Amino acid sequence: MSAVVQQSSGVTSAGARVGRAVKPQSESELQASARQARTRNRVWVWVGRIAVAVIFIGGWQLLTQTKLLDPFFYGQPTQIWDALVTLFTKGTAFGSIWDQLWVTVQEALFGFLFGSLAGVIIGILLGSNRYLSNVFNPYIKIANSIPRIVLGSIFIVAFGLGIFPKILLAAVLVFFAVFFNAYQGVREVDQNLIANVRVLGASPLQIARHVTIPSAMTWIIASLHTAFGFAIIGALVAEVLGAQKGIGLIISQSQGRFDPNTVFACMVIMAIVTLGAEYLITLLERSVLKWRPPVRSESQAI
Amino acid sequence: MGENTPKRTPVPPGVADDAARIDIIALTKRFLTPKGAPFTAIRDVSLTVEAGQFCAIVGPTGCGKSTTLAQVSGLEKPSSGSVQVGGRIVDGITNGVSYMFQADSLFPWKTVLQNVMIGPVLLGTPKKAAMALAIDWLRRVNLSGFEDRYPHQLSGGMRKRVAMAAALINNPRILLMDEPFGALDVQTKAIMQTELLDLWEELRPSVLFITHDLDEAVALSDRVVIMTSSPGTVKDVFDIDLPRPRGDVQTLRHEKRFIELQTQIWESLRDEVTRAYERTTGVAA
Repeated sequence: MSAVVQQSSGVTSAGARVGRAVKPQSESELQASARQARTRNRVWVWVGRIAVAVIFIGGWQLLTQTKLLDPFFYGQPTQIWDALVTLFTKGTAFGSIWDQLWVTVQEALFGFLFGSLAGVIIGILLGSNRYLSNVFNPYIKIANSIPRIVLGSIFIVAFGLGIFPKILLAAVLVFFAVFFNAYQGVREVDQNLIANVRVLGASPLQIARHVTIPSAMTWIIASLHTAFGFAIIGALVAEVLGAQKGIGLIISQSQGRFDPNTVFACMVIMAIVTLGAEYLITLLERSVLKWRPPVRSESQAI
Repeated sequence: MGENTPKRTPVPPGVADDAARIDIIALTKRFLTPKGAPFTAIRDVSLTVEAGQFCAIVGPTGCGKSTTLAQVSGLEKPSSGSVQVGGRIVDGITNGVSYMFQADSLFPWKTVLQNVMIGPVLLGTPKKAAMALAIDWLRRVNLSGFEDRYPHQLSGGMRKRVAMAAALINNPRILLMDEPFGALDVQTKAIMQTELLDLWEELRPSVLFITHDLDEAVALSDRVVIMTSSPGTVKDVFDIDLPRPRGDVQTLRHEKRFIELQTQIWESLRDEVTRAYERTTGVAA
């Protein structure tokens, strides 16, 4: 008993000491200082970010201007800006830049849509059926190990220079990214949950609707982030291989004219498109996965 | 099988119908291990749970208690022997059964209300009626006002109460509980046990309740079954003649008859627990 008393008196004296060192603060003051600290933090992060951009682009500009790097091969930030302005004001040899952009975005979007749809459906199917999964397992592995970009050449030979072979290539690239995640997601479903609804009398369809699909959704949505990048790559590469319209065509033309600035300009345009899509996917993620506890992994924060 | 039968407390007539009687007859379940060797989880288990009776199964780790439950629910098929519910042999999922696991088997992507609703929804109840029922059940487990929360926003005890409402909402004939309160702290556990007993008195399903906790088994049940270490089989059956309603589980623990029964059952259980422990640690007896 005496030990407890001693301990508690020790605590109070420690508390008093702290109280003397730091002025006693009210609730609102504490809140205000916490908010200040957070703002300060955010400001510093942005200072860091801007510094990185300035050093990178400025360094590039400096190195090419002083001819340490040859701007003929490496381009130059100011010239890339000029190329961008030219693309948007004067258009391209094949019509306005908006036309080209629309074609590429269309291809990527359709490819993304079909690819992810097929990936989700087949992933869930194989994930929930052991027999099918065992049968198709080696073939999926083989299909995954072939360099799929090369399929673009075959698609163009087979289907011509139109928009369809681009959609196909984009869809193939997207498919595998989504498929493996959907498959894994179904495999990771909590067996207790399935047993629980089965006992309550759920049909296989009800199990899929109430358990399997919502549970795999975490995995599927995570894969969509990378999948859209793949869709853009698929569309661009197929256009570089042969097209009548599209950003990829501008890239391959500029390559022929030894014009790295326009190539970089096209990269900037596509990066902006991808960032926009990424933002939309994040919105989707938030609304579909709003049930998740707000603990985020480091990679998601980036 | 040393039947240890003092006087049995009869189940109040008219509360439970005979369709809820569980007869497990010479039940044996063998599995193939991943290496292909057969493994007998339970052997020749026979026991009867009268309609509306609360029966606890106690036994050392890995003695096939959960396997027994899986056969009763129809999730697994017995290798030999049979399970009868209400006189009918179980083949496929048994009707009118609810399960409660140790890990809370709530859907993390459904709100509390949607979690409780799932039972009637799966039976085809219209959404509005199911929702009204679920709201009523949440009130009964003292969770009114938490309908729109997600499971991760609740404490362990609250999640258990949601699981309990979800398990009881369909008014099951049979309630299978696999160490439902095993992961709870002692105080929450006592509260949940009392709440479970209250709800059980009201609905009177037959209960098969797996637990490691002998106190819990004695405090809740009409009958305690002791299983041997693997392969599991019934070692002893004790009837608990503590009067019902039992009221607060915490006070019950200090009653003389409770302590008597507890001591008696522990005698029977101790050998099995020791044997199972020696097996897992590799110490020769």
